[in-house]
Amino acid sequence: MIRVNIPSHLDSYTGGERDLGAEGKTLAEILSHLDERFPGIRFRIIDEQDQLRAHIKLFINQDMATTLEDVVGEEDVVTVTAALSGG
Amino acid sequence: MKPVTLLVGTRKGAWILRSDSSREQFELSGPHRLGEMVHHFVQDPRDGGTLLMATRTGHLGPTVLRSSDGGRTWIEASKPPAFDKATDGERTRSVDHVFWLTAGHPGQAGTWYAGTSPQGLFRSIDGGDTWQGVRGLNNHPDLDTWTGGEKDGTPDGPKLHSVLVDPRDPERLYFGMSSGGTFESRDAGETWRPLNRGVAMDFAPPGDYEFGHDPHCVVQHPADPDRLYQQNHCGIYRLDRPSDTWVRIGDNMPKDVGDIGFPIVAHPRDPDTVWVFPMDGTSVWPRTTVGGKPAVFRTSDAGATWVRQARGFPSDQAWWTVMRQAMSADRGEPVGLYLGTTQGEIWASVDAGDTWRCLVRHLPRIFSLEVA
Repeated sequence: MIRVNIPSHLDSYTGGERDLGAEGKTLAEILSHLDERFPGIRFRIIDEQDQLRAHIKLFINQDMATTLEDVVGEEDVVTVTAALSGG
Repeated sequence: MKPVTLLVGTRKGAWILRSDSSREQFELSGPHRLGEMVHHFVQDPRDGGTLLMATRTGHLGPTVLRSSDGGRTWIEASKPPAFDKATDGERTRSVDHVFWLTAGHPGQAGTWYAGTSPQGLFRSIDGGDTWQGVRGLNNHPDLDTWTGGEKDGTPDGPKLHSVLVDPRDPERLYFGMSSGGTFESRDAGETWRPLNRGVAMDFAPPGDYEFGHDPHCVVQHPADPDRLYQQNHCGIYRLDRPSDTWVRIGDNMPKDVGDIGFPIVAHPRDPDTVWVFPMDGTSVWPRTTVGGKPAVFRTSDAGATWVRQARGFPSDQAWWTVMRQAMSADRGEPVGLYLGTTQGEIWASVDAGDTWRCLVRHLPRIFSLEVA
């Protein structure tokens, strides 16, 4: 099970839980798995063209992901961050 | 009279303001969804209870929420408005925010329409749970030509708004696009045609244009569905169907005020009466009150003459404005008018605009104010 940390902005989908477990070999698979458990969470961070929304970033450990096809290992930690977006 | 309920959507959440039966006392409740940008907050007129809200946050994508218990709990759409996924070579479009919500025809319970930024039209037939694109518009090969692309829009994104459903015919729809113009469908959205003849486009080289206009707010008069009014980027207009040529009734406004603004509000019973809230559309377009002096203008003769209604408003140095969804009328006698400002104030008149008083201060920037 891969650990996924989400920002407070998304914890209404997870009952307040921000340290989640998920399955998948890529970020895309992990986000799909999370969406099955917490319906709607994926669309709030990925748009209908499969692009990250403007103020969301994804990290695999300390490395910022470049595409949803980036590979994630079993020991990796995925972090979803809500970047600064102004007032 | 029946107490009035006002649904207030703001830059940072939603509130509900309820009156007593005399419209003397008002009580504010909320916030609902604190921190979310609520572009439109409306009640289903067909059941008088269901609430729908178009929302997003600074970080997260757009969605639609609904409540059947007066706003105590909210359920998110399981399929929010979203464009079709682009295939190779197609221009990609993603909904930035849902800007407008309109209940469907009175005989079509559960049907809703949503207008988005960038311009898109969506329909739900299950009360707002799942939304499908109206392909006759969203996939129309001329849509980019009509709208001028995503650069050609309002400062916070081009929008589709003012979705109107003819109360006599669910197949007949209108909407406005900023930019793009006003459009009409007679087959429930399968096909569309521009409806902009007579409307100025001062921001383009001189000439007559079929589309590309910038209606800010279009209303179908509830007392006469053959009469439409619009507050446009370039004036105030009236259209009496079956004519398809708008008449610029804003030419009759005082010249030192002009006829630029966002909202236009129809009297519930008198098709000759509408109200507007002018803003400064000169020079670099400050989009504030004209001269810092807030005022509503009313016509009671279909636009031939206009009367300034400013009693109770600050007489000077009040530089706010009123967005296109943030002014509405109740069905009282006399009519009550309500407006929400960009400075987070709610003002009311319970004598059809003659006198105004401030009901609420210190809310976030108000995006929408609708009578439930």
